[in-house]
Amino acid sequence: MTAGVRWTGRSLRRFEDPALVRGLGRFVADVADRDRGTLHAAFVRSAVPAGEIRSIEAPPGAPVLTSESFPGIRTMCARLDRPDFVALETPVLATDAVRHPGEPVALVVAGSRAEAEDLAEQVVVDIDATRPVLDAAAATDPAAPTVHAGLDMPMGNNVVLDARFSTEGVDAAFDAADEIVTLDIRAHRQNALPIEARGALAAHDPSTGRTTLTAANQMPHMLRTALADILDIGEAELRVVTPEVGGAFGQKMCVPREYVALVAAARLLGATIAWIEDRSENLLASWHSRDHTYRLRGAFTRGGRLLGLDADIVCNIGAYSNYPVTFGVEPLMAMAELPGPYRLSQYRVRSRAVTTNMCPIAPYRGVSRPVLTLAMERLMDTAARRLDLDPVEIRRANLVREFPYAMPTGLPVDPGSYVETLDAAAEALDLEGFRRRQQQAAAEGRYLGVGFSVFGERTGYGTPAFAARAMEITPGYETVQLEMNPSGDVTARIGASPHGQGLATALSQLLADELGVEPRQVSVVHGDTDTTPYGWGTFASRSMVIAGGAAKLAAERLAAQLREIAAHHLEASPADIRLEDNSAVVAGTSVGVTLPEIARIAHHSSHLLPAPIEPGLSVSATYDPGGTFSNACHAAVVEVDPDTGHVRLERFVVIADAGLEVNPMIVEGQIHGGVTQGIANALYEELVTDDDGNLLTASLMDFLPPTACEVPLIEVTHVQTITDASITGAKGVGEGGAIGAPAAVLNAISDALSPLGIEVDEMPATPSRVRELIRRAQSTTTGDRT
Amino acid sequence: MNQRRVELTLTVNGQRHEVAVEPRKTLADTLREDCGLTGTHLGCEHGVCGACTVLVDDEPVRSCLMFAVQCGGQAIRTVEGLADGERLHPIQQAFWEHHGLQCGFCTPGFLMLATSVLESRPDIGDEELREVLASNLCRCTGYQNIITSVHAARDQMRS
Repeated sequence: MTAGVRWTGRSLRRFEDPALVRGLGRFVADVADRDRGTLHAAFVRSAVPAGEIRSIEAPPGAPVLTSESFPGIRTMCARLDRPDFVALETPVLATDAVRHPGEPVALVVAGSRAEAEDLAEQVVVDIDATRPVLDAAAATDPAAPTVHAGLDMPMGNNVVLDARFSTEGVDAAFDAADEIVTLDIRAHRQNALPIEARGALAAHDPSTGRTTLTAANQMPHMLRTALADILDIGEAELRVVTPEVGGAFGQKMCVPREYVALVAAARLLGATIAWIEDRSENLLASWHSRDHTYRLRGAFTRGGRLLGLDADIVCNIGAYSNYPVTFGVEPLMAMAELPGPYRLSQYRVRSRAVTTNMCPIAPYRGVSRPVLTLAMERLMDTAARRLDLDPVEIRRANLVREFPYAMPTGLPVDPGSYVETLDAAAEALDLEGFRRRQQQAAAEGRYLGVGFSVFGERTGYGTPAFAARAMEITPGYETVQLEMNPSGDVTARIGASPHGQGLATALSQLLADELGVEPRQVSVVHGDTDTTPYGWGTFASRSMVIAGGAAKLAAERLAAQLREIAAHHLEASPADIRLEDNSAVVAGTSVGVTLPEIARIAHHSSHLLPAPIEPGLSVSATYDPGGTFSNACHAAVVEVDPDTGHVRLERFVVIADAGLEVNPMIVEGQIHGGVTQGIANALYEELVTDDDGNLLTASLMDFLPPTACEVPLIEVTHVQTITDASITGAKGVGEGGAIGAPAAVLNAISDALSPLGIEVDEMPATPSRVRELIRRAQSTTTGDRT
Repeated sequence: MNQRRVELTLTVNGQRHEVAVEPRKTLADTLREDCGLTGTHLGCEHGVCGACTVLVDDEPVRSCLMFAVQCGGQAIRTVEGLADGERLHPIQQAFWEHHGLQCGFCTPGFLMLATSVLESRPDIGDEELREVLASNLCRCTGYQNIITSVHAARDQMRS
């Protein structure tokens, strides 16, 4: 660690940025468009949600590839090893049946993307359409169509996971309750919507027999293994490169059928083929997200203590499983983490996954947590209103204060600042002052409201957490290889795969402190299976905790080696050597040697090294932690226009505790972006399907991400609780913004409309939904219609 | 459905590019594929997201909604033309310093949009500027640092 300067904790400008602001970034479409020999693929997709394929007809001689073109290819199938799970197999291209709108049936290849799209339009897929089932509740009806006909469904029609958990005294807790609050939460279907849609470029090299897939993806190593397994080829024949990736948010985590087909086509044709998804394809048939319903019952005392919680959760997972995390990730995370930061001893939950003729679901920023937080936070506010308690007080009465705490499911919660962040948010808003303003506004016929959301964000978890879900493919650890070259510069090769987070900058700060160099001397290599150690990529707010932890461990090993060589050279004890300002110095003296000098000795004069030190300066370390919890309190102030149902966000306050912040500027940027997606989820974004399964929101004219005009100033205050659960002290921060915001916004709308007796339990709370609630409330109270 | 190609001279960032393109080819695709300027990105290809924003005769346009054949004889500016050699344009510098980008995919469009408004209206107020910046979509930053960056560039360019 340097004596003079400490880089951790500084808002260093990002090393990633100069190329990006010059337009010199290399996103996958940029790589494809710069290569004049590239062919382009377009997919022919099902226009209906369900049916049998009768025939596929193409113009004579057209290069059309179907499942029959790839006889050796396997289906995609990731499993959970549990008795309440039914595995779903996904063909790479549809074989005899189609099960969701936009399902890929064939691909065509042409000299340009425009020509490929022209050709795809000339391919006629004759489908004998059958009645689809789109809604999860309807799908469990024994009379409903079965999405995967012929598959044994012992837990009910289309039920592919039915998980249950209960403590022993739940009924007694409900018997003892003064008030039982029942709540139905609905989170509609959404799209993570990275501004760069998906895309990939498969290049087959006949001279080596290897295929390189350059792809917009978050998990390059997993993708390579999956490709090898599904195509039944040696993994060494494949290289996966993730260049610059234009946002992902979970949508680029799971293995897409299209990428597998593209690699198969490139190998079949011995060609270089690109597929760049267009926005309508992305909205229709990339991964969808959310689509959950929760029925909650909470048993409360008169004073607002939560005695028991009973939940029934249903996730519409669409037509197929994702790979590798499976559809189980949504219901099982919801089940494990629903109680959140509230002290609770009695908990019963049933959590189901139901397959339908909708696009498959994959994780989206926060996965189940935005919805489970919405459910718990709506429960708290509804109970508070029922019991005539203040929303801050009811939370204070229930929040965990002593650590370590174990949730009723046994999940350990490490130290955080749940009560502290809530109090700070209430103070930042001047809650009492707001209540006065709210009353004045009410007198003028205006509806102002405030909403809080307190949550823990489980982050930085390694294999133990994934193993608890019984995943056949168990992700979790990360490895960092660290090398100092003969000139004293450092290269870190990582298995994580950042795509906009600024991880290279943050890791270089951390490594600089450990090694006594400057951050600019550290290069971080990522996103290439040929040059990085096997790892799990970037998702689940894990990178700074796990890849950061592995980097710290590797740096400690490299530092020990540097100290050993310096001590030998300086005839001192290694324990007395300090690494600082690019030198190794004997503590308390001016005697030292520069790091470049040590690096030269290690590489070029290795005969001088003391035994047992080996030549070179190269180490590796792996970190596989159990996990930690970040936490935050979000608070929103809204004004609702009762005539239009429009919600205007007046203020948005975040008190965030992500543990040690290596680069506070980056942390704050993650919070801004997450909160904005949370606001989008709460108010605007919804994939709407008609009764026949047609997507009505297939463009950005209909699916509405917020612009700079809809997003308020996000006021962030930082708290840093340092935990032993992460060796760097950092907790994850990537998802928290998106997790907390929906609940804060819906609580604020409900508070604003409380004079009308309205509780808003459905997201997004679009103007039409809000208007409908107002209309119903007014017709109930006055008997007339507005 | 190959169409007859049209020969055309495009002037991009002061340089002449002789291209032969189908009449249906968009300016965005032509810049990327025929001029080798892949800094202009495509996020939706239907004129909403603004990632493909370039300047044509100093006016911001969605290059996914404009055909290359409409642009002969006009001065086109793209993100690659902003910096002066090694020296970043003030708007690029401001985005770097104020963390106005994360993944960087929408950034070229925002930079060109901001450049055009700050050149034509150096005294534009905060509220109007926010409305102009609402022309484009960003999915990473929540806009806050984009707005901060453009404010900083405005102040820098005025001084």
